[in-house]
Amino acid sequence: MPDSYYEHAACGLLTTDADGAIVAVNETLLTWMGVERSDLVGERTFSDLLTGGGRIYHETHYAPMLAMQGFARELAFDLVCADETRLPVLVNARTDVLDGRTVIHMAIFDATERRMYERELLAAKEDAEYSEAHAQLLARTLQQSLLPNQLPSVPGLEIAGRYLPAGAGYEIGGDFYDVFQIGPDDWVIALGDVQGKGVDAAVVTALVRHSIRAASVEHEPAGALRIVNEVLLKADVKRFCTVVLFRCRVSAGSWQVTVCCAGHPLPILGSADGAANAGRPGTLLGVLPELTLHDVEIRLDATTVLVAYTDGVSEARRDGEMFGPGRIAEVVGRAGGESAETVLDRLVEAATEFGGTPNQDDIAAIAVRPADSNTAP
Amino acid sequence: MASNSRNQANVSGNPAGRPIVFAHGFGCDSNMWRFVAPHYEDEFEVVTFDHVGHGQSDPSGFDAQRHSSLDGYAMDVVELCRALDLSDVIFVGHSVSAMIGALASVQEPDLFDRLVMIGPSARYIDDVDYHGGFAESDINEMLESLDSNYLGWSSAMAPVIMGNPDRPQLGAELTASFCRTDPTIAKHFARVTFMSDNRDDLPAVTVPTLVLQCRSDAIAPVSVGEYVRDRLPHATYEVLDATGHCPNLSAPEATIAAIDSFIGVHR
Repeated sequence: MPDSYYEHAACGLLTTDADGAIVAVNETLLTWMGVERSDLVGERTFSDLLTGGGRIYHETHYAPMLAMQGFARELAFDLVCADETRLPVLVNARTDVLDGRTVIHMAIFDATERRMYERELLAAKEDAEYSEAHAQLLARTLQQSLLPNQLPSVPGLEIAGRYLPAGAGYEIGGDFYDVFQIGPDDWVIALGDVQGKGVDAAVVTALVRHSIRAASVEHEPAGALRIVNEVLLKADVKRFCTVVLFRCRVSAGSWQVTVCCAGHPLPILGSADGAANAGRPGTLLGVLPELTLHDVEIRLDATTVLVAYTDGVSEARRDGEMFGPGRIAEVVGRAGGESAETVLDRLVEAATEFGGTPNQDDIAAIAVRPADSNTAP
Repeated sequence: MASNSRNQANVSGNPAGRPIVFAHGFGCDSNMWRFVAPHYEDEFEVVTFDHVGHGQSDPSGFDAQRHSSLDGYAMDVVELCRALDLSDVIFVGHSVSAMIGALASVQEPDLFDRLVMIGPSARYIDDVDYHGGFAESDINEMLESLDSNYLGWSSAMAPVIMGNPDRPQLGAELTASFCRTDPTIAKHFARVTFMSDNRDDLPAVTVPTLVLQCRSDAIAPVSVGEYVRDRLPHATYEVLDATGHCPNLSAPEATIAAIDSFIGVHR
């Protein structure tokens, strides 16, 4: 075999002894690196040709692989050339025994373009990770804009709200709640669920939330929800929506609540005697021009708590079985005399424990009860 | 066989014997001990394990917070020893695991009887009056070279059972996944390892310690091994006639002989 087959092979060829000292090298590699044979053979180890980082990689990965399995493949290194430039290479190596001594044969491939491509891939991966984080932040910000930053403090009433996004929180859910004042001792609490998820649903959620605010100024809950229905139909949003409205007013020294329910699971009134549904079922919003809605009056006394929730709570699933209104009533019914915060903590904990975390659907819930002083302002 | 939740531990040897625990360093996995650990099976209860994210360990045990310092890995070691109900442990740590063992022994001195440090470094990056062998730029370059190498490794690559006719002692079960680590965790571990500075932890080690140094080691030079020896209160120092950073692979007989004389084994 002519020497030139070795010397001018289409890849760099290098042989070292077991300790890495270079014993042979071909012309191709010498040319790539701009060095003389006498610079390498008997003078340098393979590790000496690498960058500082490459040396660490060599000692911690490459050498153990060679020692353990007798070969190593497709290892990426940068060779430091005579002019200090870096030559990206891929190295395949295997051990051999020559005249009773272990040697290591290496084939070295110029990987300049491949390495550039890999850098681009890596940059694309990092971009994608950044975009994902950004999308998550955007979803969270938008979601937060659909919920009150902080619930207003209402004299004489204790109000608690919870919102848990579905899954990892990438997607914007359609659940919302709101608390706002109409006049002295006159407040509205709203909780609802717009069909679907994502930005389109969020836009409708914002529309519903603000329409409820505007319509509640001059209308009782059923009337306000009829206006919201008209707004949705006119806007042609093609998404339905379910809502529970509480209008809370002080009457004869205690809190009187007008409950209206539009296509939403009925709220639960918990008291020392257990739990019962509050309000009457009504038509959901955004689909039909004619609605059946009922304003139902209830009185809150010191031991009662009124809880509204979205289907993320009731439809938390385990093995196909749903958490369901029965279990919700059980949790709320046991809560006589406890704070609104505690009641919601128990409810959300029970539902997520039942359905497993992360919750598959977003969850919203709100609880209201007379403040401990038991006297309206 | 037994395992705790985080590290895949392999227990073999003599259940009534003194426990000897082998910990691999950055880069590979418990296969690093294949030429060494079996020699202790007659007399000792032999434990090898994979750090989280390495070898057969459960990557879900990785906790970016806990594992952001070597102390977290040391806690893993302590928990592993407790889970296996070990006491008077002889802990053999290669490379960064030498320091992990030192930290574990500072956390729980009563758990350990002896430490063996193979190729330890108290700090890899040079500092004023300290020669670690690396500049910070070398470490960054190394982290980059990890990116480059792990990119070439498709996650779809299944472990392949392979025989190795040249090295029958390896057996057939060693797989092509050797030295292949969860890339994110490996990079994290690399950063934690090479940015670590344990110079001030060494004087707190109360357990008698053997420092095994190769005569030529690009990762942990002789001067670093001598530094570790001088900072340890109870150090025995031995230079192995071996080159490279992995005498457990390149000079297993010499490594075994040094450990034997330190822990009082006569063969």
